[in-house]
Amino acid sequence: MNPETPERVLLQGGTVIDARARTVRRADVLVAGGRIDRVEASIPATGAEVVDCRGKHIAPGFTDMHCHLREPGREDEETIATGTAAALAGGFTRICPMPNTNPAIDSEAQVRFEIRRAEDAGRARVHPVGCCTKGRQGEELAEIGGMVSAGAVAFSDDGSAIADAQVMRRVLEYCKAFDVPVISHCEVKELVEGIANEGRMSTKLGLKSAPYVAESAQAARDILLAEFTGARLHIAHVSAGATVDLIRWAKGRGVQLTAETCPHYFTLTEESLTEFDTNHKVNPPLRTEADRQAVVAGLADGTIDAIATDHAPHLTGEKEAEFDAAPPGIIGLETAFSLGYELLVLGKALSLPDYIARLTVVPRRILALPDAAVAAGSEAELVVLDLKAEWTYSPSCVLSLSRNSPFLGRTMRGRVSAVLLGDKLFRF
Amino acid sequence: MKLRSRHLLGIEGLDRSEILTILDQARTFREVLDRAIPIVPALRGRAVVNLFFEASTRTATSFNLAASRLSCQCVSFSKATSAVTKGETLLDTARNIEAMGVDGIIIRHAAAGAPHFLARRVKAFVVNAGDGAHEHPTQALLDAFTLREKLGDLAGKRILIVGDIAHSRVARSNLLCFTKLGARVAVCGPPTMIPPDIVDYGCEVFYRLDRILEEVDVVNMLRVQQERITSSSFPTVREYRALYGLTADRLRKLAPEVVITHPGPVNWGVEMDFDVADFSQTLILPQVTNGVAVRMAVLYLLAGGEATPEKAEG
Repeated sequence: MNPETPERVLLQGGTVIDARARTVRRADVLVAGGRIDRVEASIPATGAEVVDCRGKHIAPGFTDMHCHLREPGREDEETIATGTAAALAGGFTRICPMPNTNPAIDSEAQVRFEIRRAEDAGRARVHPVGCCTKGRQGEELAEIGGMVSAGAVAFSDDGSAIADAQVMRRVLEYCKAFDVPVISHCEVKELVEGIANEGRMSTKLGLKSAPYVAESAQAARDILLAEFTGARLHIAHVSAGATVDLIRWAKGRGVQLTAETCPHYFTLTEESLTEFDTNHKVNPPLRTEADRQAVVAGLADGTIDAIATDHAPHLTGEKEAEFDAAPPGIIGLETAFSLGYELLVLGKALSLPDYIARLTVVPRRILALPDAAVAAGSEAELVVLDLKAEWTYSPSCVLSLSRNSPFLGRTMRGRVSAVLLGDKLFRF
Repeated sequence: MKLRSRHLLGIEGLDRSEILTILDQARTFREVLDRAIPIVPALRGRAVVNLFFEASTRTATSFNLAASRLSCQCVSFSKATSAVTKGETLLDTARNIEAMGVDGIIIRHAAAGAPHFLARRVKAFVVNAGDGAHEHPTQALLDAFTLREKLGDLAGKRILIVGDIAHSRVARSNLLCFTKLGARVAVCGPPTMIPPDIVDYGCEVFYRLDRILEEVDVVNMLRVQQERITSSSFPTVREYRALYGLTADRLRKLAPEVVITHPGPVNWGVEMDFDVADFSQTLILPQVTNGVAVRMAVLYLLAGGEATPEKAEG
């Protein structure tokens, strides 16, 4: 995917979404030298490369605060170059890879390495999440200060929870010095026998299972520790209704708490496990319809702040196995926007500008990244959205190195048709 | 009549008439087994493989014998001596064995859904001989066969399944099978061994054996798996036996016509006292004999179905 690099680009005839003010207005956007020159009702095309945006929407580039790029360690599943390409195709101009690589990202040098690799690739920008603990072992604090200075924007031992409450307390306290959020992967290991929701379907299919309380019990502990320490906590990949209720309760108490969910949790349920299809195996597991509805309601009332992908690439050969043996994970960068548009906007849970905010200004605020604005003077970081497009997600259109998606073959609503990042114009 | 699927993956995919087709066919083969030369040429020239990734004596032997009685070759594969120990995947193993030219694969595997996974990827027919805690359809069929021999039609009969319902594939398949045949099924065990939403199967749940034991026609005991004894599903074998065991005391209180089944192997002194073995209404050995006939019926119906080409499942 090679970008065009015209000096001047005119996004002509589109509707601009202001994700901060939650409004839309008809406007042309002129970009010159990688910066937004003007946003006006009608701008003449003189000398500019024109992107026809009639019937389309223009929004700030999306930020995915939770993905897995597998570099270093499993470059056969995904690299920073392929992951950032998949990100752009999905409208994400900034992504935050989790540190559960091999070796885990727990030092300043490794954070610099990831950012450097992304710059070399020249696609989406990468803001690494660093490990809370050395080697992601959940025992000793990692050099969080050093990683912050290198550009890490949040800290997490994602992939596993920090089981030791005292270690978690110290992580939360220590991160207050840098005003960075701690992202908690909530999972009480002892309650987890396998990766399928414990309930009707695990009973029917005899699958080893994990109850929702494995997530919500850990969330409860971490929320109380966040309140006690006064630190910033972010709950990753919320899948259970009980977790949504806990977050709502804690926000009411004034805990410095934010949360994300992923498209598969508001799109799918455990019912889709019928065929033992390992592309539906994900951690935390797909839960019940009641949980799915609670996640949607949590997004609608702001209990859940952001939408993240938890893009987790795995090779087809590894997923081609019996359910227990297959690794959990779903790729999501290229499908997130369309699924959210269908389920949340067309499903009338969120207005279009509010939905876009959950992919833009909200994650940027949580991570203290520069604001996402479509305004004169800002660096160009824009997506062009064709909301009328219907398209089928097929293996041939996947840019990720992996193909592990339960959405392959699904007809999608709404699509990213172009991304403008600095002086680079990518058309899809 | 033929079965709709080319595989036997579970009782789940069978309707009542298909179950009866298998049981009727098994009746014919049961008579064969009583002949002086208990063998028929029904599947001469065919070959199946016993692909057992979990230890099993009785089921593997039963399938082996069933194939032999149909003049079908049966080769055995066991995990310990195979390339699985060198890291070969299930799919590789199955495709390699299929490439040697077998008509059917009989698989037992610790992972639920392993037979379903294979069925979508190989051309041979697949018989589920037990997948994790999911299904064990031939056990359910042989139990139904045995009970029908003894009690006639199961419609309206009260059947109690006792033990580790959560981790038992026999419990799931039997629940489905007995229910489809019209029986009223109840399950009983400690709450730690009752899976969520089991009532979706249309059964009643009891946590105390003595509240239901004397009201049923059939007591289907399950084996207490060794690993459960150390996983805090119950405190001690002594307490399990006291609360859920078919003890000599409980046996004495049963009505004389009540029948007792167990899929074997029995942990004598745990889920059942030794006295049960000698009880006239205990059907454990007939279950084993009938198992051969039922497995003959399954292999015959699946392999025989090959004569008319059918559309493969997606």
